[in-house]
Amino acid sequence: MAPKLAVFKLASCDGCQLTLLDCEDELLALAGQVEIAHFLEASSDVRPGPYDLALVEGSVTTAEDAERVRAIRAASRHLVTIGACATAGGIQALRNFADVDEYRRTVYARPEYVSTLATSTPVSDHVHVDFELRGCPVDRRQLLEVITAFLAGRKPDVPDHSVCFECKRRGTVCVTVAHGTPCLGPVTQAGCGALCPAFRRGCFGCFGPSGSVNLPAQIRLLRRDGLDEDAVQRFLHTFNAAAFDEELRT
Amino acid sequence: MTTTAPAAVLDRAGLDTLVTTLVAQGRTVIGPTVRDGAVVLAELSRGDQLPYGWGVELDAGRYRLVPRADGAAFAHSAGPQSWKNWLHPAHERLWSADRAPDGTPAYTTEPLDPPQYAFLGVRPCDLRAIAIQDRVLTGGAYEDSRYGARRRRALLIAVECTEPGGTCFCVSAGGGPAAGPGYDLALTEVLDGDGHRFLVRVGSEDGARLLEQVPHRAADPATEATARASVEAAAGRMGRALPEVDIRELLAASPDAERWNDVASRCLTCANCTMVCPTCFCTTTEEVTDLTGDHTERWQRWDSCFDLDFSHLHGGGPVRASARSRYRQWLTHKLSTWYDQFGSSGCVGCGRCIAWCPAGIDITEEVRAMDAERPVSHAGGTGEQ
Repeated sequence: MAPKLAVFKLASCDGCQLTLLDCEDELLALAGQVEIAHFLEASSDVRPGPYDLALVEGSVTTAEDAERVRAIRAASRHLVTIGACATAGGIQALRNFADVDEYRRTVYARPEYVSTLATSTPVSDHVHVDFELRGCPVDRRQLLEVITAFLAGRKPDVPDHSVCFECKRRGTVCVTVAHGTPCLGPVTQAGCGALCPAFRRGCFGCFGPSGSVNLPAQIRLLRRDGLDEDAVQRFLHTFNAAAFDEELRT
Repeated sequence: MTTTAPAAVLDRAGLDTLVTTLVAQGRTVIGPTVRDGAVVLAELSRGDQLPYGWGVELDAGRYRLVPRADGAAFAHSAGPQSWKNWLHPAHERLWSADRAPDGTPAYTTEPLDPPQYAFLGVRPCDLRAIAIQDRVLTGGAYEDSRYGARRRRALLIAVECTEPGGTCFCVSAGGGPAAGPGYDLALTEVLDGDGHRFLVRVGSEDGARLLEQVPHRAADPATEATARASVEAAAGRMGRALPEVDIRELLAASPDAERWNDVASRCLTCANCTMVCPTCFCTTTEEVTDLTGDHTERWQRWDSCFDLDFSHLHGGGPVRASARSRYRQWLTHKLSTWYDQFGSSGCVGCGRCIAWCPAGIDITEEVRAMDAERPVSHAGGTGEQ
């Protein structure tokens, strides 16, 4: 019997699970290997667990989601989180550095209707996670690699080194060295194929901190390349704000 | 192989013909060209793709393309790639395997039919770097046959340096701006009142045959003298220098130096230095499978001693977890233990690791600081570098 695949979403934009639908050339092959048992973005045909592999997108921002992710864990042999929200709390983790009640009062006409936690946290803060796939959104090839690796029972080939590895391997001219462009590539985990520098943009850090980060040294470079203190903070406080912030504090 | 063929002179049209002749012979011509704000190496089909009129300004962590009024084609240095990008590529499939319906695997070794490269514009430092990689990858009992096949078919057209960059230090690394052995043809660009031309020296039978097919004239004494003088002048205009001490011994004696902590505070462990280094050769291999599990491939790809996973041992995590230990590994191997392993230094003084380090870490400055930290000065040393 084919392994059962399930896709779940917490607080997120759906972009990561959309990446699975974006695997157009491989979707039929995938459907041939697994039973897609729960994937609301693709089908309303929902089948009950237990599931062999659950892909979870999104962060935990409500008490209900904290409860739900425990139920997902209980129903899943392997749980893989996909994307910056699920692995680092996402951009909504900016609330972690602010007063969520103040946000609620400022933004909503009837703040009492909004029931939310004070923080946005990664799934791994709540349940055991078998593998975390980074990215905002995740990379299509890496997502297929992770699913393929789980089907084969092997370790996924998902290195945790810097984006610079990918720039140099694909022959992209360094945007920092040659153009003075601020770039988070040296502290960001590879996986996107060094997409932004290939279009002469600095890396935005979508894949979060690499396995070997020297953030104080990186911040000195950003300052050298023209960002003031506030701009540096804004640069680091995007999709992986909480993860980069944790690096700064350790 | 050296030949006794006399030196010749090509004009710009002759150089254009050289490129088109190589292409017509079926060679894949790789040479310098301007792309994305840098002089990169790329496949060329015509001579006018060379970076005529472009120079570079280099400093630690800084590279800027600057226009030159003299129209020179080869007045640049230390681009972001080296010839290893073609001889020892960043990704390479080694073999694949398929499972037959009865379960038996069938292996297919990747065919060994590399392009016949012609490298145009190989700097003297890079000629030495290629010779070092030859020794590393084909010199021992276990040749990297894929590298070897590409290398044996490659034609090397060197270009001597008349405009060293701010990060260049080949002279203090035991080389210099004049082309040493290993080339098929060696060009020296000459720009003066008598026009834009290239002195050509022949280094092999292949080079002699190629020159015969390209319009040229016999070298005149004035062109030879001007070429010689500008290369000699370049030797005195290196932007940087390694200290004149026995660096092999210095680093062997410095595993506990305080300076490693200092450099580790600046090092991003991003691996750019190893990726741009023309002699760094380390790779990793990874197996990939397809969704069915019936097809698998083994790929080799560039790795780096700055990668945590590089020193990962089963059950024990990385051996070199700290940035200090990884930078020390790189520098000590490059300048000291490389002698033990391969009989020479691993550094040719091209300066790429200085220019392309986003943090601007300067290998010559680090060695100087190591030397300054030693309680007893070894200035003068043994002369071995």
